[in-house]
Amino acid sequence: MSNTRQAEAVSPWRAPILFLILAALFLAEGSFRNALFSGSWNTALAILNMGLISAVMALGVNMQWGYAGLFNAGVVGFLALGGLAPVLVSTAPVQGAWAAGGPRVILALLVGLGTLVLAAQVWKRVSGLMRVPALIAVLVLGFVLYRWLFDPAVMAIEANNSARAGNIGGLGWPVLLSWPVGALFAAAAAWGVGKVALGLRSDYLAIATLGIGEIIVAVMRNEEWLSRGVKNVSGIPRPVPYELELQSSPDFVARAAEWGLSPAVASGIWVKLLYAGLFGAVLLGLILLAELALKSPWGRMMRAIRDNETAAEAMGKDVTRRHLQIFVIGSAVIGLAGAMMVTLDGLLSPNSFNPLRYTFLIWVMVIVGGSGNNWGAALGAILIWFLWIKAEVWGPEFMRLVTGPLPAGALRDHLLGSAPHMRFIALGVVLLLMLRFAPRGLVPEK
Amino acid sequence: MDILNALVAILNFVVIPAASYGAQLALGALGVTLIYGILRFSNFAHGDTMAFGAALVILITWGLQSIGVSLGPLPTALLALPFGIALTAVFILGTDRVVYRFYRSKRSAPIILVMASVGVMFIMNGLTRLIIGVDEIRFDDGARFLITVQQFRAWTGLSEGLSLRVSQALTLVVTALACWALFRFLNRSRAGKAMRAYSDNEDLALLSGIDPERVVRLTWIIATALAVTAGTLYGLDKSFKVFNYFQILLPIFAAAIVGGLGNPLGAVAGGFIVAFSEVAVTYPWRKIATYLGFQPDGLLQLLSTEYKFAVSFVILIVVLLFRPTGLFRGKSV
Repeated sequence: MSNTRQAEAVSPWRAPILFLILAALFLAEGSFRNALFSGSWNTALAILNMGLISAVMALGVNMQWGYAGLFNAGVVGFLALGGLAPVLVSTAPVQGAWAAGGPRVILALLVGLGTLVLAAQVWKRVSGLMRVPALIAVLVLGFVLYRWLFDPAVMAIEANNSARAGNIGGLGWPVLLSWPVGALFAAAAAWGVGKVALGLRSDYLAIATLGIGEIIVAVMRNEEWLSRGVKNVSGIPRPVPYELELQSSPDFVARAAEWGLSPAVASGIWVKLLYAGLFGAVLLGLILLAELALKSPWGRMMRAIRDNETAAEAMGKDVTRRHLQIFVIGSAVIGLAGAMMVTLDGLLSPNSFNPLRYTFLIWVMVIVGGSGNNWGAALGAILIWFLWIKAEVWGPEFMRLVTGPLPAGALRDHLLGSAPHMRFIALGVVLLLMLRFAPRGLVPEK
Repeated sequence: MDILNALVAILNFVVIPAASYGAQLALGALGVTLIYGILRFSNFAHGDTMAFGAALVILITWGLQSIGVSLGPLPTALLALPFGIALTAVFILGTDRVVYRFYRSKRSAPIILVMASVGVMFIMNGLTRLIIGVDEIRFDDGARFLITVQQFRAWTGLSEGLSLRVSQALTLVVTALACWALFRFLNRSRAGKAMRAYSDNEDLALLSGIDPERVVRLTWIIATALAVTAGTLYGLDKSFKVFNYFQILLPIFAAAIVGGLGNPLGAVAGGFIVAFSEVAVTYPWRKIATYLGFQPDGLLQLLSTEYKFAVSFVILIVVLLFRPTGLFRGKSV
């Protein structure tokens, strides 16, 4: 960690003022219609909702990086795993899918898991010459048995009504229930990775998480029985009413008229406000819990470990174990955010999980906001998300301004066409500038 | 039983592709491992250095082609490669000056440098997209095949064919030359010895009058040359696409760790280990089993090709579990 953490005190007004500026940006987006802002409350609220979810992701990353100095380069994977939960928990069951191969798939997965556990036991218990052959025998037999169980079951499930379903389907439970399940999925994966990669050099965790992130996304893309792969799962139930329902309710139409809004606009805004309330409540609850935890003896221990591992170890703290703990908790929060995101979209689209967008953008949010400070991470997330979305509009405008004096021709067209790529450059520059000149972020840790 | 045909099939579908892919990984992993040995951090921007360099090489190739220069049967890109390396090296030295030097002088934790390299990765990724776009680009010209399937069948009279593409043969030759030059440089030359000394013990090297900034500059230049070469060969072999170079980062890291981070010989071995396992695990062995007289039901494919990254990952995990310093004893854990 950089040694500038314990630097001078910051004005207590800094965070409130920055949050006010952020609020002003959203108000401007909602109310003014010009080259910079859209003037649509629907757009403003849509950005805010995704911003709130990004804030939850940033909280998770902040726990890992800000509290413990762990570099998770596979955020996208934990997010995708969390996003699987709404599909498996709350979509309607697929007719005949379970009968086609459900139990067999579960059994196959259990066999796969059991093989790994057994292999670990063999490695621990058996000693001497038989150790390696026994390990290999367990793994090979386990793999063959797993494939023998798994393949026909998957074929059967995918063959079942493959145009409209072809997946195992869900349980049809309420969608809010899937959020904690998403957190559990991500936590389980994090435990596995952390168990292996923690306690070694700090870069190893980064590389291992980079790997698990790519693998989880690859699984989601290819295992059609699970997530329908590139065919996407749509129609994930909502925790809030549908716009069309609202528009057909006379009560709602009357109330919209009172406000002077058309039913279509009003229903959109109302639904997004409900989502914003839901996500805001989750975010505030998480921040509250995180702040309480940080102020407790546990939080002091975590910071002590982060600031000086050797000293903390000498005081009898089990550094690797604590790291594993915080890594799992942080990943669970990221998984929760994934489930929230898929719920908001009503769609699981495995192809959209891009590491640049869902791993490294989140990192920039945390670094800009203030690593180690929960409010800072949340602020950074919403701010960066706002700028990221607006850059889509502002980038080409800016390019048009810059290339104005150039003669019309191939170079100008090329520059105008490549404006979207400027976002990546801008993001990298922001990250480097923050790391160098304000490593504690906009709202530094107290 | 048809052992000859089975051998040819193995050679054609497993050994040749894996060897050329392994050579590309080895070049990439050499760069990662050198940077790790001297600068002591895992450079996440390495994949995008490869992409950036390859993009420049493509631009120069197009320029050369438009004025009518070509290398006959060899791809023109080979002629453009030195220019691409030089330009990329200038850029990378610039990033060292602007970004990394500050953290080095402050002796920041390695993970801060890793983070900074992520920032550099973003910028290079954006620049690559800016200058060449995100589409798939093929830029191999000259002859495509050294041996075609028909020629091979006509020569040997076997039913199984074998082909050797120019890009594959070129990859192997260029990699062999690059490794030879690198190891000769590291073992024989004064500058190479200074690099090894600095890698082994920084303080002792400083005491004996080695200029650290010179060593660092040299490291960046060599790593960049290897990365751009690897990127160009990979692009010639498989076609150029920006996102592929981000994905190849994982196998490269796996190769470097398997061989032991900081150990150049290990990086080369690691590259081939990762490539051969990847191809062997994702190749459907049914054809070869049939030649050997078995009648398999399935494809005999252990993993579908979409999961080839899982292979690097598993190798990585196994090495981290059982031998975190790598097969060839790299730097400390």
